[in-house]
Amino acid sequence: MSHTIRAAFLPLTDSAVLVAARERGFAADLGIDLQLVRTESWATLRDRLVFGQVQAAQMLAPLAVAVTLGLGGMPTQLAAPFRLNVNGNAVVMRADFAAALDPDIAARLNDPLATAHDFATAIGLYRRKPQIGIVHRFSSHALMLRYWLASAGIDPDRDVALRVLPPSLMLEAMRGGEIDGFTAGDPWPAAAIAEGLAEAVALGARIWQRGVEKVLAFRADWLADHADVADRLLLALSRAAAWCDMPENRAELAALLARPDYVDMPAALIGQSLAGQFAPRMGAAPLPVEDLILFYREAANFPWRSQALWIWSQLVRWGQAVPGAEGQAAAGAVFRPDVYRRALAGSGAVMPGASAKLEGAVSIPTGVGAHGGALLLGPDRFFDGRVFDPEAINTYLAGF
Amino acid sequence: MRIVIIDDTGARASVLEDGLREAGHDDIHVVPPVGAFVSRIERLVPDVVLMDLGSPSRDTLEEMLLVSRALARPIAMFVDQSDEQMISAAIDAGVSAYVVDGLRKDRVKPILDLAVRRFTAFARMQAELTDARTQLADRKVIDRAKAILMQQRGLAEPEAYALLRSAAMNQNKRMAEVAEALITAHDLLGGAR
Repeated sequence: MSHTIRAAFLPLTDSAVLVAARERGFAADLGIDLQLVRTESWATLRDRLVFGQVQAAQMLAPLAVAVTLGLGGMPTQLAAPFRLNVNGNAVVMRADFAAALDPDIAARLNDPLATAHDFATAIGLYRRKPQIGIVHRFSSHALMLRYWLASAGIDPDRDVALRVLPPSLMLEAMRGGEIDGFTAGDPWPAAAIAEGLAEAVALGARIWQRGVEKVLAFRADWLADHADVADRLLLALSRAAAWCDMPENRAELAALLARPDYVDMPAALIGQSLAGQFAPRMGAAPLPVEDLILFYREAANFPWRSQALWIWSQLVRWGQAVPGAEGQAAAGAVFRPDVYRRALAGSGAVMPGASAKLEGAVSIPTGVGAHGGALLLGPDRFFDGRVFDPEAINTYLAGF
Repeated sequence: MRIVIIDDTGARASVLEDGLREAGHDDIHVVPPVGAFVSRIERLVPDVVLMDLGSPSRDTLEEMLLVSRALARPIAMFVDQSDEQMISAAIDAGVSAYVVDGLRKDRVKPILDLAVRRFTAFARMQAELTDARTQLADRKVIDRAKAILMQQRGLAEPEAYALLRSAAMNQNKRMAEVAEALITAHDLLGGAR
């Protein structure tokens, strides 16, 4: 019997796996009528999930943690058993600001540490405190932006003004001069660059090579009551993710995402990022960035508990969460590798042996213990070389 | 009690504002979510903020509510978080509401109920308007297709109509779609001269 699942999404390239699961029939094959609900703000996506208008949502991983901890609203226990993608965001700034950075953009993007220091200089030279758009305070992009700026001694709460805007309004705010740059997920930075509004100053994939990005979130109580349906959905999404990652499907995926009911942006723009091509400045030749966005390979969908805890560490670092064992346990429990394992056992998806790992410790592709096939993890380093040990969060935080 | 309505479609805001005024509220401000709207709201120091759930600017507003120093007390989403039924009704109607913490529930609930009713009525009106527009457009297309059939095949009007209708039924399509296809084909074949 077909079971209906409504899932909320925002118009972003990382809705790809959900869109493919519906449009390419992966969900229907498993008896799921997957209905996708386009949503214009993270607040509304959160409310739709929390109050049961939808059963699942494409969520910013830090927002799933924040909702569970009750930061800025009523606490609701969420569960994220599946990552929808890895990487996919960028920081772009107006050209007159970026003029103080390395003019060789490839070098600029490849050396985030040097660029952060140049950025600090650029702040001093700029005509006003730079206004930087972020999509949400509890977004991976905002946490990575803070991490990156702070490496050069920039206080993100004092030296720049972070302005919250939905991704779809970033370009408008750039045109109107309300903001001097922004960080968001694909295709919005690429769109701002293509229009000549901004140029790239940092890539998410160079700040943290295998960063945590969007997850599929459920209400934990719904997930507990609907294990069978949720497991089937995860299997459908895993198959859809594998499909999304295949180079031969990129053109079709780009055309799907370009539709007005999904991202509603040109297929050529979306397709370029899917192909790992990033044009850093209007008119410049695209740079090959092979890990610009990952959907499936390297166990991209596995919800490493250590990443939920990294998010927690950053929320504590910036005073957004109160430190304590209870909060830490609750944050870590948002990611549900147990559900992933249950749903995808025997499906052919590679299953890591562990549920948490050191984050930022892999500098060359490394094989790790896994069931169901070889698992090669790509380099996952933070640009400053720090390693996050989920067993030693306080030591990690003391190091900043 | 000061109520701020954040809305960029003037029509919905005035439908809501009228309702609130009829209910005896007179301190109502409509703010479109453009430019520096957040600082305008901060200056207004509202007790209740009503906003379309579909507005992309909700994240911007919520951030302001979190960090604002001007608004003395935190503003909570919805009146009583245990009132699931009211919250569901609000979400179904597309209303989001922010209320100063501590404001009495019996004072806020009527406002929210009214907002829900007006939003629902407005959505229905819009749907009816869209329907009416579609019907009008459909009729024009069908009339034109009929005229082509009458002219080209020498049919009387009822016959041309019946032909379109049976074609639509056979193809399991709307009559307007069949008419549209016929007009396109006619134009392509040079009939539009």
